[in-house]
Amino acid sequence: MSWLSDLLDPGSLPARSLTRRRDTRLTLLAAAGFAGLLWLLEGWAGGYVVHMTTLAGLFVVLAVSYNLINGVTGQFSLEPNAFVACGAYVTALLTLSPAEKAASFILEPLVWPLSVICLPLPVALLIAGLLTALMAFLMGFPVFRVRGDYLAIVTLGFGEVIRVVANNAQSVTNGPLGLKGITHLTNVWWAWGLCAFTLFVVMRLVNSSYGRALKAVREDEAAAEAMGINAFWHKMLAFTISAFFEGMAGGLLAHLITTISPSLFTFFLTFNLLIIIVVGGLGSTTGAVLAAVLFTFGGEWLRVVEEPLNILGLHIPGIPGMRMVIFSLILVAFMIFARQGLMGRAEFSWRWILASRRGRRGTP
Amino acid sequence: MDSAQALQQLINGLTLGSLYALIAIGYTMVYGILRLINFAHGDVLMVGCYFAWFGAVQFGLPWWVALMGSMVLTALLGVLIDQGAYRPLRKAPRISALITAIGVSFFLENLGLVIFGGRPKAFQRPEIFNQLYQWGELRVLSLSVWVPIITAVILAGLMFFIYRTRQGMAMRALSRDLVTVHLMGIDTNRVVALTFALGSALAAAGGIFWAMKYPQINPLMGVLPGLKAFVAAVLGGIGNVFGAVLGGLLLGLCEIMLVAFLPDLAGYRDALAFVLLIGFLIFRPTGIMGEELPE
Repeated sequence: MSWLSDLLDPGSLPARSLTRRRDTRLTLLAAAGFAGLLWLLEGWAGGYVVHMTTLAGLFVVLAVSYNLINGVTGQFSLEPNAFVACGAYVTALLTLSPAEKAASFILEPLVWPLSVICLPLPVALLIAGLLTALMAFLMGFPVFRVRGDYLAIVTLGFGEVIRVVANNAQSVTNGPLGLKGITHLTNVWWAWGLCAFTLFVVMRLVNSSYGRALKAVREDEAAAEAMGINAFWHKMLAFTISAFFEGMAGGLLAHLITTISPSLFTFFLTFNLLIIIVVGGLGSTTGAVLAAVLFTFGGEWLRVVEEPLNILGLHIPGIPGMRMVIFSLILVAFMIFARQGLMGRAEFSWRWILASRRGRRGTP
Repeated sequence: MDSAQALQQLINGLTLGSLYALIAIGYTMVYGILRLINFAHGDVLMVGCYFAWFGAVQFGLPWWVALMGSMVLTALLGVLIDQGAYRPLRKAPRISALITAIGVSFFLENLGLVIFGGRPKAFQRPEIFNQLYQWGELRVLSLSVWVPIITAVILAGLMFFIYRTRQGMAMRALSRDLVTVHLMGIDTNRVVALTFALGSALAAAGGIFWAMKYPQINPLMGVLPGLKAFVAAVLGGIGNVFGAVLGGLLLGLCEIMLVAFLPDLAGYRDALAFVLLIGFLIFRPTGIMGEELPE
């Protein structure tokens, strides 16, 4: 296995490019390994585990794109529920068959072009992503005129407005009844495929000159402007890209849970994503991945506190809703005691892993 | 629409606006001093309503005793939240404190769901607020008349406190410059605690009248009034108590007018506050009374 040792130890050979090639190979190797794992999981694990794994993939997409605007660019905003809702509704409306739509829209018929359109999922997803990005682009003009906590409140307001519109625009969204009978099309491959795509784009962006500009805007907007960075357009860039991926993830989410209604896209969704990126470390993309997976499975694991328990004959009744209490305490505790989160602003890197491995072997 | 109906809508708008104003004062006072959006304010209001409900229903107290008791307990809760969750973050970046506030808000909501259950509880109107006044065409619930009056009395008391007492002076000084005031020997922490206590007590009062208006309470009832009252505080110019009152009245009147004149759009009334907010932040970011620009 000489190629493997070459891979792990580029030795004294010069050049960053070699390290970079090694990193790329290792990443591809890890991705292939992970895909194999998913394949095994899909074949052997129960439907529940597969469902949770799919959901984890979608949460990773959402967390990574939310982190792009909140963590990397430092623009604290609270709107992902609006983008996810937009993506979910657009995709669902495009993929549902005309017959299904006619059956769902009982109070008011669906408006014309939507009532006859029926598109395959990939096309619908792309359209949803682009439309959500367009919405973010238009939203950005008023929103980025303010900063700091005002930005948080205005974006929160937008999220609320979208929900109210979804509740009231009967002839497009079917109001509070929502859309039912969406085909279950999202599987692990869709979710983790989108995840790989998102990670590829976001990582490339963050490590490019644009990414450095985004971080400069986060650290000191005035200084960044003085260096010739147009802060407004860089914020718009991050915002639009994050909306694009959140919209697509919303579309996949709709095809995973098969029923959507406005009550699904409340501030609650944003709150969950906020916990994820805070615990992962605001500004760390790999931290967001780690925390999203932890959150999805940790949330399931925490279900024990909601179920009745018998410990040594002691009966503890389950308390429904206790999970969210614990989650909010975790958020506050992280803010007070570990503001940098699990990863801080650091990123996972192969050099880091290899260095610790070498360190254990005792070679310098 | 004839004049009786118009007057009726005006009274409704004033009532709603007074409630927003009572809640908005807490936001604006805390923001003025700490530059923190106390996200949990709406949920503090909810807890206040439950205190009053327990007082009135479980212990059979008269309504005004329940109201006073709830205001005191809610003030304590506000101080507790400040000391427990916000005080450790005084020197941290402002966004950290905001995230903590969001966490506290969710904590209160979910704890409320766990303890009180999600089912709404009926909130009885006391007899004095449950009468129907009638003058010709005009029919008004006595609550709608009393709420603006009580609000005005509370506001007069608050204004006296802020502008005529030493504690109020300390508060105003703090909102100018926290660090310098501390250096001049004022126990800033105590003044901040006092601010939270006052704001929370007013929120409890606002919340209880809100609960009497829609006679029921539930653990998520504080979310919308909280957000809208914040919008009211921004409309009036955040940090300015008088502005918060103006903003609250303006928002209440606008909402009622939307429902009255454009009934087709009544479903969008919850979005109106945010549309107003966005408009204000673009065209007049300092609000009606504000002086300084938001960051």
